[in-house]
Amino acid sequence: MSSFPLFPAAAERRPMASAALKSPSLIFERLAAIPKLAEVTPASRLEVCPLPEMVSSGIREMDALTGGLPRGCLTEICGSASSGRTSLLLAALAAATQRQEACALVDASDAFDPASAARAGVDFARLLWVRCETNSPRRHPSAALRAGSGTEKNRQKHGDLYRSRMESSVEQALRATDLLLQSGGFGLVMIDLGDVPFPTARRIPLTSWFRFQRAVEHTPTVLFVITQAPCAQTCASLLLKVSGKKLSAVGSQLSAKISPTHAQLLDGLQVQGELLRSRLERKPVRSATAAFTTKTVRAG
Amino acid sequence: MPFACIFVSDFPVQAWLRIEPELRSQALAVLEGKAPLQKVFAVNENARRAGVDPGMTRLQVEACPGLVLRARSLLQETAAHAALLDCAHSFSPKIEDAGPNTILLDLTGLQSLFGSLTKIARDLARRASALGLGVSVAVAANPDTAMLAARGFSGISVIAEGKEAEELGSLPVEILFAEKDESPESQHLLGTFRRWGIRHLRELAALPDVALSERLGQQGIYWQKLARGTTFRTLVPVEPPLLFEEAIELEYPVVLLEPLAFLLSRMLQQLCARLEARALATQELRLSLDLENGAHGEEIFWKDVGAGAVARPARQHFHRTLRLPVPLLDPKTFLKLLQLDLQAHPPGAPIVKIHLAAEPVRPRAAQSGLFLPPSPEPEKLELTLARIAGIVGENKVGSLTLLDTHRPEGFQMQRFAPAETREKSGTEKDSDDLVTALRIFRPAAPATVTLCEDRPAFIACLKRKEIHGEILWAAGPWRSSGDWWEQDGWARDEWDIAVQQETGIALYRLVRDRLSGRWLVEGTYD
Repeated sequence: MSSFPLFPAAAERRPMASAALKSPSLIFERLAAIPKLAEVTPASRLEVCPLPEMVSSGIREMDALTGGLPRGCLTEICGSASSGRTSLLLAALAAATQRQEACALVDASDAFDPASAARAGVDFARLLWVRCETNSPRRHPSAALRAGSGTEKNRQKHGDLYRSRMESSVEQALRATDLLLQSGGFGLVMIDLGDVPFPTARRIPLTSWFRFQRAVEHTPTVLFVITQAPCAQTCASLLLKVSGKKLSAVGSQLSAKISPTHAQLLDGLQVQGELLRSRLERKPVRSATAAFTTKTVRAG
Repeated sequence: MPFACIFVSDFPVQAWLRIEPELRSQALAVLEGKAPLQKVFAVNENARRAGVDPGMTRLQVEACPGLVLRARSLLQETAAHAALLDCAHSFSPKIEDAGPNTILLDLTGLQSLFGSLTKIARDLARRASALGLGVSVAVAANPDTAMLAARGFSGISVIAEGKEAEELGSLPVEILFAEKDESPESQHLLGTFRRWGIRHLRELAALPDVALSERLGQQGIYWQKLARGTTFRTLVPVEPPLLFEEAIELEYPVVLLEPLAFLLSRMLQQLCARLEARALATQELRLSLDLENGAHGEEIFWKDVGAGAVARPARQHFHRTLRLPVPLLDPKTFLKLLQLDLQAHPPGAPIVKIHLAAEPVRPRAAQSGLFLPPSPEPEKLELTLARIAGIVGENKVGSLTLLDTHRPEGFQMQRFAPAETREKSGTEKDSDDLVTALRIFRPAAPATVTLCEDRPAFIACLKRKEIHGEILWAAGPWRSSGDWWEQDGWARDEWDIAVQQETGIALYRLVRDRLSGRWLVEGTYD
């Protein structure tokens, strides 16, 4: 209920229509008595929403770009293969486990590499790994294999089977994420949909993302999603796109048409991150980019 | 306050005679040690009369005619000790376990129930004899005197209050020490007594206090009080093991989960109430179901079918054990966990009997540190993990631990328990040391690779259509192998390759299994 007067008490209460017919000047006089709209606080700003707490993502450049990862919000990182998404995921995991927070990784494609995570500094004792089943197809795989091999038709069949497997693993991932968020207590919950084809990931209903976003709201949990292309739409408070700026030790050689030597190593990835959306600032988002480099660590 | 002591002499021998009573009339020796260095550990009276003594070697005693030899059995001794405890418990609730062959009882207030002290002592001996143990029983006003009298006098002894020194005086000083006590301190003390000419307890009791304390200290005064029978202490009572079990036998077999859940809920509430009454919690629940006409599992019961007899159906057992990361005491949480477990592992047959047992432990401290980051509540987490396991599979959710091996996929899944890890583990990584991550393909994608000058030049992968085309760049191979001494040895060559895709250049790890010759795409660098 508003407490400010819409009309001065002393104003004559006459039907506007009759007043309009009678005297336009009276209408203008009454309109001028109405408090200016600029002085009225809009409903969207009646309640002051505090900015969410930001935590480090483990990458200094990314923290400078986004301010870190917001608690109680959904952060989405999208990018194609070899763009650096998983390196970013591991860095955030390492930072969260080093803060002694319990973390959960919902792995829709069972693609997590423990060796890479160990080198990144992830504390496995604080990481819950949910490995979604990709080997529970709705159709028996041997039937498709017996149809032949090497033909385009066979490749399509394999593609269909792969798609149906992915859909069931995505369902498992969504259900597991829902249970984890409802349980609460996790500092970081990650959903890895990096290997899920975009047509499949796009079919995730918006209500699911909205449900996740509402589940983490007002909690200290950071919800972190990796996809090939933006899927969470408006539910993501932070949307970052990563791409391979230049594949070191590869790009230069490819461009120079130099045949690489036998012992040359993959130095790492040069990743460029672009902030596509941030709901954390109440002003138009400036497109901002940041670049960082990863390092390939060889065993032995 | 009167106390009684039950003492079993030659306990290892008595343990065997309890199982083989026909050997009572024979000479029996119990051996200890490993062949060929076995030595006699204990003998009965018949063997002692035949000249066999503890400490003799096996070779020495084998020559003795009519001697029966047995190896020492700790299992038999444990069972005999348990029988002795049961015998004592049947008379008094306050008993002390003073050794494998010595039990002390508090007889306060029992005379009105069982009669005079002498009658109680006789009943104790008779009850122990019925259990197969020949015992000596002594009753005195303090437990130490009763123990010395039981050790020193065979049969029944009742020492009146005030007559302790007089009754104990004839016993040798060796009686102050336990059987087989060969500690340096006791041997030194015995040697001192022998040098002083002290042979019996009355001589020790007659020594002047001050002079004895000057030479042997407070320990000497304590031994003297024992000899005089003037010590007094309270018993350290034996607490019976706490068993929290509930069982119910059903009139009609239960086939559905819902009625089973109703019964389990009632049993869990009873168990939790009993645990709460003792300020305990539980970390393990054991569910045992008797099934009727089950299809699998081993048969454990069958009644012989005779003429006109009704055949009882065969029963089988179904066991499930629920282990929790932290002690809990919430019946609703337990019920939900059991329901989820039974849904994942159904018994497979109608249930006729339910047995539920809880392992009691101390409850956990609910207060956590002020400055520690929040963690999931154990009750909620356990339920969540059980639900997720029902979705993805039991071994597909948890934390992981790396194995000490170079084999690919060298890790194993384990239970996720963040509450147990309070200390930081591992080293902190500087943000400059960002590691290139690898995304693993599980299972690895088979590929057809065309070589050019022994290097991969073209790749085609059926299962992953995007990995198809000319290999722009390849580095390698890095050769590794292992476990060649095992059945499942492995050997592989790894390549890092770059393949052009629609979205740009993607990097993959290509592996050639040297044992089978197959090419596999193991993962992508991302």
